[in-house]
Amino acid sequence: MAVIEVKNFKKSFGSKSVHEDVSFYVKKGECLGLVGGSGTGKSVLLRSLIGLERSDGGTIQINGQEVSNLKEQDWIPLRKNVAYAFQGGALFDSMTIFQNLAYPLDEHSNFSSAQKQDRILSQLSDFGLAGTEHLYPSEISGGMQKRVGLARAMMLEPEVILYDEPTAGLDPYNTKRIQELILKLKTKGVTAILVTHDMPTAFAVCDKFAFLKDKVIKEQGTPEQLKNQPNSLIHQFIEGNIL
Amino acid sequence: MNTSLALSAKEWLDEQLYFFGGLVYLTRDCLREGFKSPHNGKLLVEQIYQVGYRSFPLVLVTSGAIGMVMALQFGYGLEKFGGKPYVPRLVASTILREIGPMFTSLMFAARVGAGIASEIGSMVVTQQIDAIRALGSSPIKKIVIPRVLACLIVLPLLAAMANVIGNIGGLIVGAMELNIDPQFYFRRIIETSNIKDYMSGFGKTFFFALFIAIPSCYFGLNVKNGTQEVGVATRKAVVTSSLLILIGDFFLAKVFWVLEKWL
Repeated sequence: MAVIEVKNFKKSFGSKSVHEDVSFYVKKGECLGLVGGSGTGKSVLLRSLIGLERSDGGTIQINGQEVSNLKEQDWIPLRKNVAYAFQGGALFDSMTIFQNLAYPLDEHSNFSSAQKQDRILSQLSDFGLAGTEHLYPSEISGGMQKRVGLARAMMLEPEVILYDEPTAGLDPYNTKRIQELILKLKTKGVTAILVTHDMPTAFAVCDKFAFLKDKVIKEQGTPEQLKNQPNSLIHQFIEGNIL
Repeated sequence: MNTSLALSAKEWLDEQLYFFGGLVYLTRDCLREGFKSPHNGKLLVEQIYQVGYRSFPLVLVTSGAIGMVMALQFGYGLEKFGGKPYVPRLVASTILREIGPMFTSLMFAARVGAGIASEIGSMVVTQQIDAIRALGSSPIKKIVIPRVLACLIVLPLLAAMANVIGNIGGLIVGAMELNIDPQFYFRRIIETSNIKDYMSGFGKTFFFALFIAIPSCYFGLNVKNGTQEVGVATRKAVVTSSLLILIGDFFLAKVFWVLEKWL
């Protein structure tokens, strides 16, 4: 059964149409790589899946529930299960790393202070961030901020995670660490959509790809299919022959 | 020429309608979510510290200076007619009814309104507001309501302090420059000012707090096109809050005038 199913999705900003007829699905435990040129609306699509943007048509189902026309307050329980990893981490800059990770627990759990502390320190350790809990976001590197953002998104152990360019602007070492984290979460059965231009990472972690171009999904397929089709759009996109 | 004028007038009108509509929606959301538990007292205390405690020196200096200038001007003006004994009454009444609350609110709009709009605007640009939503909580509850409540609590208190400090400033100048006996000055303030004078100024500060907090939050939350717009939002917040205070003051003065007669 599909955990995420998008059908005939439409989105526009004023008179500018971004998506006209986008359809795809992601099964439980799968990771879909959403690729396409800059400005094709990959992040807009990802944001729409979690209600940060309102859709203008079509349907979005998460675990069978239609969500495209939910009111803001109805999204709140749903967002405990669908996490969003922002491109820049989107950490709260007035809070320490510890407080950033405590935020979702404070909002949605009944853990005691000691339990929260244990979970946060364990999460930081899992994400290679041990010892940073007292620092502020401005005191750590961009790569670490992304990992903290990812760690925060995973604090409530969501079923679905949406990654918005998690490796953009990172050095190879940090890129590899993020790849490892995504793979680790995948082994736990987390369903994911990855928006990225970083094709080595996409090939390392994704089970299938969707190529967004001219306001629609032009092509879908598994990494193996794409490797064997040199004329496919994704192949040409990787080679830099099309935008 | 006429067409372009008509178009820009239409754009201006659209913008005003969006703005006032946005304020109504934001106020509705605050009322709707403000009564829902859980309530986060820690965020409110933090905001009271940020907007209140840190605004106090500014209010101290401005209200003290205004009281002193008013005493000086009234003193020099009335001296020719032998009206110096009326200075305490005039200064006190003007400060309590108008100048104390209004100047405090204008200074508060400049400092706190600008701060609120730029802080929230920066949070929008760095996706922190989106992160609050994505983590399953409400920016209205976490960001807007604590700021609105803090303004509602702090501004009346600051205005009350400004009233006292302004009159002290007047008393100092009265004694030092106009040779009015300080005890006489103090007695005249107490004898001639009444609770109606005080309440007609103090009562307005609750409205002024809303005129500052809600538009500032609105402009901050509506930043869209990057950091450049944070500056625009900040400017709009200060200008709009100040205009609402000045225009609102006239209508509120009339309302309080009617209430005074009625009571």
